[in-house]
Amino acid sequence: MNEYKKIEMIVGAFVLLGIISISWMAIKLGQIGGIGATGYPLQAVFTDAGGMRSGSDVMMAGVVIGRVGEVVVNERSRARLTLLINDDISITSDAIASVRTKGIIGERYVRISQGGDDEMLLAGDEIEETESAINIEDLVSKYIFSSSEE
Amino acid sequence: MSEQVIAQNGMARLLGKLGRKVLGAVAWLGDMASVTGSSLALIFVPPWQGKHFVLQLYALGVGSFIIIAITGAFTGMVLSLQGYYTLAKFGSESLLGSAVALSIIRELGPVLGALMLVGRAGSSITAEIGIMRVTQQLDALQMMAVNPQSRIILPRIVATIIALPILVSMFDIIGLAAGYVVGVEMLGVNAGAFTGEMIAKILPEDLYAGWTKALVFGALIGSVCTYMGYRAEPTTEGVAKATTQAVVIGSVGVLMMDYILTSFFL
Repeated sequence: MNEYKKIEMIVGAFVLLGIISISWMAIKLGQIGGIGATGYPLQAVFTDAGGMRSGSDVMMAGVVIGRVGEVVVNERSRARLTLLINDDISITSDAIASVRTKGIIGERYVRISQGGDDEMLLAGDEIEETESAINIEDLVSKYIFSSSEE
Repeated sequence: MSEQVIAQNGMARLLGKLGRKVLGAVAWLGDMASVTGSSLALIFVPPWQGKHFVLQLYALGVGSFIIIAITGAFTGMVLSLQGYYTLAKFGSESLLGSAVALSIIRELGPVLGALMLVGRAGSSITAEIGIMRVTQQLDALQMMAVNPQSRIILPRIVATIIALPILVSMFDIIGLAAGYVVGVEMLGVNAGAFTGEMIAKILPEDLYAGWTKALVFGALIGSVCTYMGYRAEPTTEGVAKATTQAVVIGSVGVLMMDYILTSFFL
């Protein structure tokens, strides 16, 4: 029976280690119920979200200040993004949100440029000023067709 | 006339052979499902086999930890090395972290972990139960009014179902750590880029996909290996054949189930 007690203890340690591994992966890697869920939500409407996915970064001055929550098409066929901004960051009501790309072919992120207003946005408010994704293909084709007409 | 009859007979024999094979396979699957199902149903029936479950979790889970750790470490290391070689051609070494993490968590962790478990634990399950059959221990249990399905089969299936997700999670973490060491310390990829890309690209869905696979593979390994041993022919050759078949069917089943799960559900 003593032998069995020892085995029981080792199995307990094994299962505990397993639970620690699973929760470490869930919290650190998957950010399930972690940092991704906190923060206050802001809305922003874009004519072109450029393939933005939920979980993408929201940056201000090159620093990650939140994540993109839900990405849906609204009733006027525009892209409505929910931005989850960290609680310690306040954003002015005349801030500009733009969809940008990290590098030329990198992933999409939302860049927020602060305005000069004293009034700050509260949870659920909408960022009025938005700038849609720059589509490189459109730019290239515009360039090609405008130069061939000349 | 006679040639036609011979041709018809040949055709009939061929079709008969094929039909017999198919019916045999269906009967085999049905018998396995019934043995596994009736054993699993006994989980609600006392006496509970807690002690046997703990012993099996020790033998199958704790015992497989070392081999899983070694496999995980070398998988992560070689993935990092190969991924670096490929990504460096496009100048995108910074994606190494996410490449290693996605391949390990979505695919290699569950599949290699399951294959290792079949090889190490699955074969021993089949051989053990097969020898119990040969030495009439299963009959002896029945004589003493102990149901061998609840005493022998059930704890082993539950143990593989619980052990594999734990082992796969350990495999994932050890693999990622080993990939980090090779990628960052040896090949000189930026440490921040490695971990940052890894965390940014891993979504909860990827983790759920890996764990679902581990659960399904655990159930598959447990049911195939216990069934093969339970129905092994009670001879020396019968046990040897059953053990070989259990490993083959288990491994091939894991790979087939992996494709089915990946393409349809995850």
